[in-house]
Amino acid sequence: MLKNYIKIAWKVLLRRPFYTFITLFGITFTLTILMVIASFVDHLIGNHYPEVYRDRSVYISRVKQQDSLRQSTRISPLTFQFLNQYAASLKSADKVGIVNMFNQANAYSNGQRIKLGVKYANPEFWEVARFDFLEGKPFNEAHIRNRDNVVVISDKLRGQYFGGNGPATGKTIEIDNERFRVIGVVKGVPSTRPMTSGDAYFPYTVSKSNYEKQGYIGSFVVLATAKTRAGRKAIEEEYAEIIRRIPKPLEDDGMRVYHMESEALPYLESWLSNFVEEDGVPKFYSALFLLALVILLLPTINLVNLNISRIVERSSEISIRKAFGAPSSTILWQFVVENMFIALVGGVIALAFTLVVLTMINQSGWIPNAVLVINFPVFLVSILLCLLFGFISGVYPAWRMSRMPVADALRAG
Amino acid sequence: MIKLTAIEKVYRTSTIETLALDNINLEIPKGEFVSIMGPSGCGKSTLLNVMGLLDNPSKGAVEIDGMEISRYSDKKLARLRNQKIGFIFQSFHLINDLSVLDNVEIPLLYRTSTGRSRRELAKEALEKVGLSNRMKHFPSQLSGGQKQRVAIARAIVGKPEIILADEPTGNLDSVMGAEILNILLQLNQEGATIAMVTHDEQMARKTNRLIRLFDGRQVS
Repeated sequence: MLKNYIKIAWKVLLRRPFYTFITLFGITFTLTILMVIASFVDHLIGNHYPEVYRDRSVYISRVKQQDSLRQSTRISPLTFQFLNQYAASLKSADKVGIVNMFNQANAYSNGQRIKLGVKYANPEFWEVARFDFLEGKPFNEAHIRNRDNVVVISDKLRGQYFGGNGPATGKTIEIDNERFRVIGVVKGVPSTRPMTSGDAYFPYTVSKSNYEKQGYIGSFVVLATAKTRAGRKAIEEEYAEIIRRIPKPLEDDGMRVYHMESEALPYLESWLSNFVEEDGVPKFYSALFLLALVILLLPTINLVNLNISRIVERSSEISIRKAFGAPSSTILWQFVVENMFIALVGGVIALAFTLVVLTMINQSGWIPNAVLVINFPVFLVSILLCLLFGFISGVYPAWRMSRMPVADALRAG
Repeated sequence: MIKLTAIEKVYRTSTIETLALDNINLEIPKGEFVSIMGPSGCGKSTLLNVMGLLDNPSKGAVEIDGMEISRYSDKKLARLRNQKIGFIFQSFHLINDLSVLDNVEIPLLYRTSTGRSRRELAKEALEKVGLSNRMKHFPSQLSGGQKQRVAIARAIVGKPEIILADEPTGNLDSVMGAEILNILLQLNQEGATIAMVTHDEQMARKTNRLIRLFDGRQVS
């Protein structure tokens, strides 16, 4: 039965090249846009270099403090001291990386200023974020103990500062008037991953990191991995308990704090908490879904229109099928399947187009270091979108077709 | 096999009301071959559509094989058509995008059957109408007579007890027409109940009974 439907769908495609072109163009164009968006969303929130453990990680990115009347609120990353004392010792976590959010520094090469994003991290940072070391290696506990002035730099900075592609390990780099020995070079991270993206990575013990600041309001965040995806829950709960137990009110950074919140959250929730107070994840997915629907709407209406105008052409076929025993529901199903098949054909072409577009985006340097890809989740979403598209654009015309009075059509034929 | 009681069919538009069938009472016993004649527009095709459950009468009762179908759902009617009735039309109504074999298989798609058994039955039906050498052809590659034979194969593939033919020879020359009639006579011999609309008096005379319609009424 299915084979029969698909055979017909294929023949219909071949029979009217212009119609096919318009149909496939609409589908392909729409799906390409959607797939590129899906890929971009995946780039933002998925498991990608170097945060490849995101699906089993939690992030502690901020603390929220309020006065007794909740009239004055401040939200900020945390201090290294607090995180090192409480988060680093989380029993349910496998590894806990601590790193600062945003810091800038300058270096000079041949009189040219190079603006740098700098990171101060603990050694475990290198285990929760899996960087590709092009040369050298990360800093370790010994460097921390000795308070060594060492640095891991990005490949971009190596090129800018040392020029050429020769090794930089062992060489000295001067950043903000202080000299550091380069011990490793990593592949750059796109700026869309703010917790790991940087040009120079220092041990937190270097003088500028401000790691000795006490209290809560600071500039550091935590990336903690669990052994399994499900293990994240335990970390979230353990951290919540720690925060709950802190006696309040407390005095912190010039403010008397009565209410204090800080959560360990999966990446997406943590990221969304910057924009929406509550239910960020469902809101995010609803918004994405709505966006997809709006993008799908125009070509869908177009396709519905084309399909309806073709009812007459296929009236004989529908009537015959009904005369020989196809109930209306079967006819409906046939046309929906046909449409979904056409949408899938469009989807395959769109997939090829998407690859081209993504390659172009990747090469354009629009997002430095970004590698947008079609991976399995994106592919799955794309296929689902194709089917959804086929379904939406097929149902109404199919319903019209299935209700066509048989007797009239047969007489007309 | 087919029993029509006080059938009336009215077509209504916003301005006009047309009485297509007026108080038709008709019984066709199992195994009979009747022909239906009458001038154009007298309601022959409408009558056939009502018999074939393709159109609902405005009034009256239709019985197929003893079953009164007025309360049947779309699904149930479809099943009944599928199992009991085969249709043949003047303009063949073959699906041009499908091969001869695929066309013949259509009625079997709406039954529980395997692909292989469908193939077998379709081949058997095509052999019966003498077209087993054209199975892979497409309708556009066939002559009118061949197309009608494919349509007959499609009508009989599900082994229905009733065959309804709406001017099956209307688009064919006399030689082809005679050939098609012979196939129908043969099917009748094998037990099929047949109702055929025709304009050809000679052909009608070869059937068991002739029903004449005039302005929606049965006149003989």
